[in-house]
Amino acid sequence: MDSVPFFPDRASTMAGQVDNLYFAWLVLSGVVALAVAVLIVWFAIRYRQGSAADRSLADAAEHEKKMHRIEIVWTVVPIALFLAMFVWSAEVYYQNVTVPKDAMPIYVVAKQWMWHAEHRGGEREINELHVPVDRPVELVMTSQDVIHSLSIPDFRVKQDVLPGRYTTLWFTANRPGEYHLFCTQYCGASHSHMVGRVVVMEPAAFEGWLSAHANVPTMAARGEQRYRELGCNGCHGAQATVRAPRLEGLFGRPVQLRDGRSVLADERFIRDAVLLPSQDVPAGYELSMPSFRGQIGEEELLEIVEYVKSLGNATQERVP
Amino acid sequence: MANAVTSLAPQFDDAEQQRTASNLGIWIFLATEILFFGVLFAAYTITRVRFPEAFAAASRLTNLPLAAVNTAVLVTSSLTMALGVHAARRGARRALVGWLGLTVALACAFLAIKAVEYRLDYLEHLVPALDFRFAGPQADQVELFFYMYFFITGVHALHVLIGIGCITTIAVMASRNAFSPAYFTPVDVTGLYWHLVDVIWLFVFPILYLISRS
Amino acid sequence: MNSAVIASHESYASHESYLSGGWNWRSWLMTLDHKRIGILYTLTITLLFGIGGAAAAMIRLDLLTPHSQLVSVETYNKLFSIHGVIMVWFFLIPSIPATLGNFLVPMMIGARDLAFPRLNLASWYLFVGGGLFTIYALLAGGVDTGWTFYAPYSTTFSSSHVFAVATGVFIAGFSSILTGLNFIVTIHEMRAPGMTWFRLPLFIWAMYATSLILVLATPVLAMTLMLMAIERSFGIGVFDPALGGDPLLFQHLFWFYSHPAVYIMVVPAMGVASEIISCFCRNPIFGYRFMAYAILAIAAFGFLVWGHHMFVSGQSAYAGTVFSLLTFLVSVPSAIKVFNWTATLYKGQVSFPAPMLYALGFIGLFTIGGLTGLFLASLGLDVQLHDTYFVVAHFHYIMVGGSVMAFFGGIHFWWPKITGRMYPEGWARFSAILTFVGFNLTFFPQFILGYLGMPRRYPEYPPEFQVWNVFSSAGASLLAFGYVLPLIYLLWSLRYGERAPANPWNAKGLEWETASPPPSENFHTTPVVTEEAYAYVRAESPHG
Repeated sequence: MDSVPFFPDRASTMAGQVDNLYFAWLVLSGVVALAVAVLIVWFAIRYRQGSAADRSLADAAEHEKKMHRIEIVWTVVPIALFLAMFVWSAEVYYQNVTVPKDAMPIYVVAKQWMWHAEHRGGEREINELHVPVDRPVELVMTSQDVIHSLSIPDFRVKQDVLPGRYTTLWFTANRPGEYHLFCTQYCGASHSHMVGRVVVMEPAAFEGWLSAHANVPTMAARGEQRYRELGCNGCHGAQATVRAPRLEGLFGRPVQLRDGRSVLADERFIRDAVLLPSQDVPAGYELSMPSFRGQIGEEELLEIVEYVKSLGNATQERVP
Repeated sequence: MANAVTSLAPQFDDAEQQRTASNLGIWIFLATEILFFGVLFAAYTITRVRFPEAFAAASRLTNLPLAAVNTAVLVTSSLTMALGVHAARRGARRALVGWLGLTVALACAFLAIKAVEYRLDYLEHLVPALDFRFAGPQADQVELFFYMYFFITGVHALHVLIGIGCITTIAVMASRNAFSPAYFTPVDVTGLYWHLVDVIWLFVFPILYLISRS
Repeated sequence: MNSAVIASHESYASHESYLSGGWNWRSWLMTLDHKRIGILYTLTITLLFGIGGAAAAMIRLDLLTPHSQLVSVETYNKLFSIHGVIMVWFFLIPSIPATLGNFLVPMMIGARDLAFPRLNLASWYLFVGGGLFTIYALLAGGVDTGWTFYAPYSTTFSSSHVFAVATGVFIAGFSSILTGLNFIVTIHEMRAPGMTWFRLPLFIWAMYATSLILVLATPVLAMTLMLMAIERSFGIGVFDPALGGDPLLFQHLFWFYSHPAVYIMVVPAMGVASEIISCFCRNPIFGYRFMAYAILAIAAFGFLVWGHHMFVSGQSAYAGTVFSLLTFLVSVPSAIKVFNWTATLYKGQVSFPAPMLYALGFIGLFTIGGLTGLFLASLGLDVQLHDTYFVVAHFHYIMVGGSVMAFFGGIHFWWPKITGRMYPEGWARFSAILTFVGFNLTFFPQFILGYLGMPRRYPEYPPEFQVWNVFSSAGASLLAFGYVLPLIYLLWSLRYGERAPANPWNAKGLEWETASPPPSENFHTTPVVTEEAYAYVRAESPHG
């Protein structure tokens, strides 16, 4: 007979920290709830109508002062406690959302009602994620339709996946095995079918899996092919006659824009440049790039992102 | 001048209480209206910050002359409304009815000019979802501007229409001697509503019509 | 207390009251009497609670098995959507304010009626209108967006009756605004002589704070729904990224209203709890001023924390940090209130009729619900808990364990005043305990499911989660009994219940100084208030 589950597995480096927060709150709230319950029950019994307990109040003014002090205490103590927990939990959160520099990216496109994942090497998966143990993995995600949310409870990670932009989550799995993957933002009829599994493999097994899927072009190669098909090289290439920004070494650099702002050339920047070029025109350039909205799908966009990354990549720690 | 009856509702202890209660009531209602329009202004502002160039280009396509005339019309109607309240306070029945009537006329003029403006927008293919055409960059965002433009001015125009109804009713009541210096609360309350409608327009006008025309 | 003098024997004879003056359609449907309007609301929301509850029953039945065997997944999605829409907007938000509030606000301050009786009746009609739209939508096939209507699913992808339901809620929103406006003006302007602000019952403070939120937050919802509906109808809009919009903008606008809305749902319950607890402890509420300030603080701070619904939405981490801090701060006044209620029992004369059992249940369950809110306010932990059953359990502990229990407590407490009859005490106590037990069995397992990772809004789930779902559904059947029983015995009491005296609980408060049921004008002469709130003298017994 299967045992009754009480607690998720701890399968990532973040899990312990998140669990510590959880246990701390369990203890704190258990203590408070118990204290309130005990006091209520005790007072209710001791001071029940007709009982002989002493109900006299000695000195009214003294009583007033004492009560006031008690009120101050039970206002200040919770505030202090809450502030401490706030700081602790914010620290855990920042670790949870700060992607390490050397994270291995996997690109995810969510759509009603399945998860498409693509590794850099071109390996594609549906509703499954094969990842190596003990290596940080970054999921760069977007949706093709409505808002979804990717959740791996055993890793203690979750992030909404939005149409029209990229969101990220990262983890370092530290226990081989298979773990649930859920969609946790209601997305329509088959929301509860949009589930999958994360397969965490020992390094050797992971290499084996990769080589079994090796006979596909890498994402960057696919991206380059699409780049040429759409004629991007015509303006951005070395032989271009039109003045357009060069893409070598672009990714991860700050870019000065025409309107004075400075933005980071990250995945979002590349995507917006392709779909809405009028948004972030770089300084010193005219707005002459056409929009490719409608001509290019989300997976292809990510492949182009990978291609631009491959042209010279400055990695940076990014906080969303 | 005939003596108007101070109609004291049974839940109130005296006329003073009735007056202050009605006054507080209308101010709270005005607060809700401000929040109501506030959401529209917020949505507009946020979208504008995202697409500054498109919204600037779109704003230049709005009909500034007609809107400017409308602004003058509406501000004048607030003046006539205020004069009406003043007449009510003095007990000058004929002046009151006159000023209220003039306010209604100006409000109707506002709506008529608005209708002309909408029609011109339609002929220039600026009405979203109704044969909208814009030959220039970021047409989608320009259409978005006009969606907000019609929504905001449309909701405002609806409030003007409701105001016309209220002021007309008050004018009819005034002509039947319902008010006196001791009791003119409905006039007061309607006046406050009308001033808010005006104030809202004074925000709508610059943010939709003026901001990009430097 | 030199207020209206009603000889206690008068209520045993069938005397003239607000109930005796006319029983035809016109006298009820065109009434301007706040007490009758309160009863009209009670009937309406009971019906709507039944519909929302039926949806809940089907949800829990379907969740007995990992596969959705009772209903299709599409139907399930419609069930939880309509459950949320009805329970939030057509039950919880009006419940205490429109029923008990309408009845008691004028009475507790010594007035003859609310400031604007016609507006009050209009409120009810707007509420009914909104409800009819929503029921129409339900009969026509329902809505499947969840009560939260997130874009772009609601604007572009859902093929259900979004527009009709949004319209229903929009109309009902005006009902809320008018009720809030009415209460604020009444409480400001129509208090009896001697009824200063700090002599007001805490129930009135609660109604006042709730009304501030009703008036300031509801317009935002109205406009947000309108923007969503127009985007859906015309295909241009500010929310759908495919059209250049921002889906997070919808969430910000929606939660800017919907977070204060949860305080609309719980603050009145806090007011009811204060009235009941002070009466059955024969003690003034501990720390009256702190309680009044705390309630205002909750209302004010409640407007600043909406982003805690959006920690993993894609909003910036910095925004999340600010919202987390503010959320912790808004919990402090609620904590103070719980401690103060507990302290009220100290050195009191405590008795345990049904209203007190409901009120004590409220304190316990609200405390658990509130504490679990702290889990969710913690950024690092919310990542794990967001959109799981932990959240479902948290808000049901507060809304159902808290507000609904307090509502039932209030209905029982003021039943003699409203109807002139006593309810059967044995059955009422049994129902209170049954509700408490059933509630915990239903919702406590959901905390466990949540940390395990079971997502919300899932008709089908991994088989290992079944055991907790079965416990939860079992609890739900007990809970259902706990709600149906009062319906039966309260109706029974209207005909066969013992006639109630003016003040069966020997409680303090102006409403108890007039007959049960009260005359139409509430008081034969306007009361003059000379003592502080809850001026209980400990030697007296609560049972007259």
